[in-house]
Amino acid sequence: MITSFLPAPFTRLAHRLSLSAALSVAMMASAIVPAHAAKTVLNLGMSVEPAGLDPTIAAPVAIGQVTWQNVFEGLVAIDESGKVRPQLAKSWEISPDGLTYKFKLQTGVKFHDGEAFDSATARFALERARGKDSVNPQKRFFASIASIDTPDPETLVLHLSQPTGSLLYWLGWPASVMVGPKSAASDKTQPVGTGPFKFVNWAKGDKVELVKNEAYWNSLVSVKLDKVTFRFIADPQAQAAALKAGDVDAIPEFAAPELMTSFKGDPRLVTKVGNTELKVVAGMNNAKKPFDDKRVRQALMMAIDRQTVIDGAWSGLGTAIGSHYTPNDPGYQDTTGLLPYNPEKAKALLAEAGYPNGLTFTIKSPQMAYAPRSAQVMQAMFAEIGVTMNIEPTEFPAKWVQDVMKDRAYEMTVVAHAEPMDVDIYSRDPYYFNYKNPTFNDLMKKVQETTDPVLQNKIYGEAQKILAEDVPALYLFVMPKLGVWNKKLKGLWENEPIPSNVLTNVSWEE
Amino acid sequence: MITVLGRRFSGLILTLATLSFLIFAVMDLLPGDPASIMLGTSATPETLAALRHELGLDQPLLFRYGQWVVGVISGDLGQSYTYGVPVAGLILERLAVTLPLALLAILLSVAIAVPLGTFAAARRNGIADVAATLFSQVSIAVPAFWVSLLLIILFSTTLELMPAGGFPGWSAGPWPAFQALIMPAMALALPQAGVLTRVTRSTVLETLHEDFTRTALAKGLSARAVLWRHAVPNALVPILTILGLQFTFLVAGAVLVENVFNLPGLGRLAFQALSQRDIIVMQDVVLFFAALVVVMNFLVDMSYLAVDPRLRRDV
Repeated sequence: MITSFLPAPFTRLAHRLSLSAALSVAMMASAIVPAHAAKTVLNLGMSVEPAGLDPTIAAPVAIGQVTWQNVFEGLVAIDESGKVRPQLAKSWEISPDGLTYKFKLQTGVKFHDGEAFDSATARFALERARGKDSVNPQKRFFASIASIDTPDPETLVLHLSQPTGSLLYWLGWPASVMVGPKSAASDKTQPVGTGPFKFVNWAKGDKVELVKNEAYWNSLVSVKLDKVTFRFIADPQAQAAALKAGDVDAIPEFAAPELMTSFKGDPRLVTKVGNTELKVVAGMNNAKKPFDDKRVRQALMMAIDRQTVIDGAWSGLGTAIGSHYTPNDPGYQDTTGLLPYNPEKAKALLAEAGYPNGLTFTIKSPQMAYAPRSAQVMQAMFAEIGVTMNIEPTEFPAKWVQDVMKDRAYEMTVVAHAEPMDVDIYSRDPYYFNYKNPTFNDLMKKVQETTDPVLQNKIYGEAQKILAEDVPALYLFVMPKLGVWNKKLKGLWENEPIPSNVLTNVSWEE
Repeated sequence: MITVLGRRFSGLILTLATLSFLIFAVMDLLPGDPASIMLGTSATPETLAALRHELGLDQPLLFRYGQWVVGVISGDLGQSYTYGVPVAGLILERLAVTLPLALLAILLSVAIAVPLGTFAAARRNGIADVAATLFSQVSIAVPAFWVSLLLIILFSTTLELMPAGGFPGWSAGPWPAFQALIMPAMALALPQAGVLTRVTRSTVLETLHEDFTRTALAKGLSARAVLWRHAVPNALVPILTILGLQFTFLVAGAVLVENVFNLPGLGRLAFQALSQRDIIVMQDVVLFFAALVVVMNFLVDMSYLAVDPRLRRDV
């Protein structure tokens, strides 16, 4: 009886549905976009959308990855090998006492809005960065600048209160770029710089578009790209799909190492594994028992086989490190051999420190994929020497910054430090490691007292050894820069001495 | 009728007012300081204080709440800390993606579920019924993000028919926008269709056993007419309820699918704002979601009155 309710129109409906399905498939097929349009357009994918576009007022590295060197330029720049190069300053002289920096500036430089760049502009930008109301994330860079002189439009003189050997390097950072007096206030959403690309549009949550600056001052550079679109794709699966579907041409920092092999068979794509400045370290609260005992920290370091961590956490991609220093950095020394993997020795050290039966503590692990995975591998290796490590997930950045950075209410944590050449964080007080070592602090002072790179590298070498032996943090590995891009694309950086996507020399092969 | 409407409406306003304070207070309790997130690990206390002042975070709670509420009422939702632009514009931009997405998903799920559920009820225990039950069980059980991945693998990376994600914007024309939305809408619609199929089947079955169905049949109406003219319309109230709930769920809950398809929708905005502690955006978006739920419930209530004359008589 109930079956007689079957309505006849269903058969007709089914026909109509299949017809319209066929039609829509045909329409989709006709709408296929050409595989790669003009050879002067680049679609570049990034994992993180920047928070604002002005690197001089907020810290997130994604800001510089879009605008640094593309829209904004500095007095000097840091090149792919990590070296300082002239940029808006064509040359400089440093007085023998290291207290006076005299820059000769480029002439004929204009901002994208037509405003001229000269020594007065440079002075404005530096005053803004170091001023009382400055919210520059690297305000400490400018702390030693006592006064600024502009004897003529082409000359800028910085007078320092104390020698600052890293000043030139710091002036090459995204946080030190030159901004125009007229445009500075709106740079956060409408960045105006002197660089080879002009800002066009920011579709929040989606993309930032730049076009070539036809009036670029540097005639030595020939910019090949006419238009660049930075697209923000958070999900690694979506990144992989976008690459394979040709929606983006390049993802310089692909987010999931475990998916890297999935590009192997694709004839259109290449994969590049380079180094970044991202040091994955398990920081310990050096003021807290048992981590106030150097022997305990050393024992924990010796319980860890770094390669196993790299294999487990990052698919074997990455470079083991022995201190807070990467192979990109000047004066790098391989210190991984100082406290090599040796569980027997580790056990003995623990016993010597008064923990013959092991110990228990908690690691606060942020949610970024590398952290819980590293923590789990470490947990297993610690268990071998009788140490129990509990893993407590922590939300990054909000909760982590509050608990670890600000309150220092933690025992151990694991995080990737992104800032280049930031070994001086171990001399900062307060800082989350609670590490206090006068010898190390002296070295950090000394390195600022000279501008001689040879001497600086020697001091950094000593600093690396101290950290490798003293292990205020367990040094695990440097994150790889996992680049995936179209085979025909040339000129993208393979290594990352500073977080960036410099597009000046990027081009499509004919 | 008018008094009923008035009472319901003032209830709605009171609910929203209470919610706004709760939302503000809860957001304030969240651990994490937006200023220190923006400034990163090198910030000095002095810089931090300067930024907190600039953002108005150094003001007392009630003062900030007052400012916010007055702003919201006058249409000023404040400025996003991280984006540095008015929040109202951000929400509108995102709604231009999320609303069409949710509507498309609803349409798809209704288009699948109502015929399928009715069909299953009409052919109870037949192969069609078994198939419909199986479909609804599988589609409810399968997570939307997984369906999304399958769709991408099939249509984008294998067949290369569709973009794998992203949104070209409505300025690119309706067809590219539709292309960007159809796969996520399918992924969102599938579990909804499963739920809706079950509801439709069971309510149509129920009405088929009602006295009025028997009467209609006895009067000599054809089985088909009875089904579509009597059984289905009477099953509409529960279906509408589910639809109303689904709509708010789709708008607020699309965050996973928006992530997989890289759509700049409202769900992604809320997620990003939460992780960046862009508190002002969080407050506005959550208030918007809350308002949406409250208003949708109100509208669903009203639509009962529209479709079921018996309810109108009762009030």
